[in-house]
Amino acid sequence: MKSAITAFWVGVLFAFGLGLSGMTQPQKVIGFLDVFGAWDPSLLFVMIGAVGIHFFAYRWSLKRASPLFSAKWHVPTKQEVTSSLMVGSVVFGMGWGLAGYCPGPAVVSLASLQTKPLVFVISMVGGMYLYRLFDRFFPLAR
Amino acid sequence: MNDWMLSLFGGLCIGFAVSLMLFFNGRVTGISGILNGVLSPQKGDTLWRVLFLMGLIVGGLFLKMGSPQSFTDTSTRTWTQVIVAGVLVGFGTVMGSGCTSGHGVCGMSRLSMRSILATAAFIGAGMFVVWFLRSVLGGV
Repeated sequence: MKSAITAFWVGVLFAFGLGLSGMTQPQKVIGFLDVFGAWDPSLLFVMIGAVGIHFFAYRWSLKRASPLFSAKWHVPTKQEVTSSLMVGSVVFGMGWGLAGYCPGPAVVSLASLQTKPLVFVISMVGGMYLYRLFDRFFPLAR
Repeated sequence: MNDWMLSLFGGLCIGFAVSLMLFFNGRVTGISGILNGVLSPQKGDTLWRVLFLMGLIVGGLFLKMGSPQSFTDTSTRTWTQVIVAGVLVGFGTVMGSGCTSGHGVCGMSRLSMRSILATAAFIGAGMFVVWFLRSVLGGV
């Protein structure tokens, strides 16, 4: 229960970060990806800020034997670079450039009660189910 | 504050949020993975996911009240493009095991080679699509 409540507040803080940074404005995201046009590099600072903190917090946290509210660490340990990883990431990137939404900002934008984030999130969940169907016929190592 | 300072500040909030998730729960804050996990619920592994997603939406409600300009949408993408994009994002993030948060923030911070390559791939693909739509198809 404690870990679920923590997750809630992490979500709230994450949403603030996304909203303040500009990630919930599709045209701004498209401007960031438009390196061959009127490039708006400001969203680069989102990653610099986030990685800048987490790079150190990760190293500091993992000095402990376990996290505070769980018996063990759940950090991914897979190393292998698979074709699923690369193809999937390219497919994701195409969708990101097409709409200007990645998953987090789209979910946060549901709160705006605009129609577009809702349509996007429903389509995204549809895409996740579509992958399950694909995986049944072509099970690939992810 | 100008745009890049706001972006930096927002990024610091995100970095702090994912660090809390790691320190307290020992988990990576990968939003596509958390959502995908809700679609195949496992006993004892669903409540935290649902509450995290609710937190995102509650945070969004606070933003809507305090900073409604955060939801400015001047994009001219068509509905068909938005729907296709959503399907690609859902399919691709499950196939590629992560999105901007899981690979781009958490994985890059761990210097995971998988996440560094995935991030380069989705940013590159996004740049290509934006260029293609603007210069080849003549849209924005």
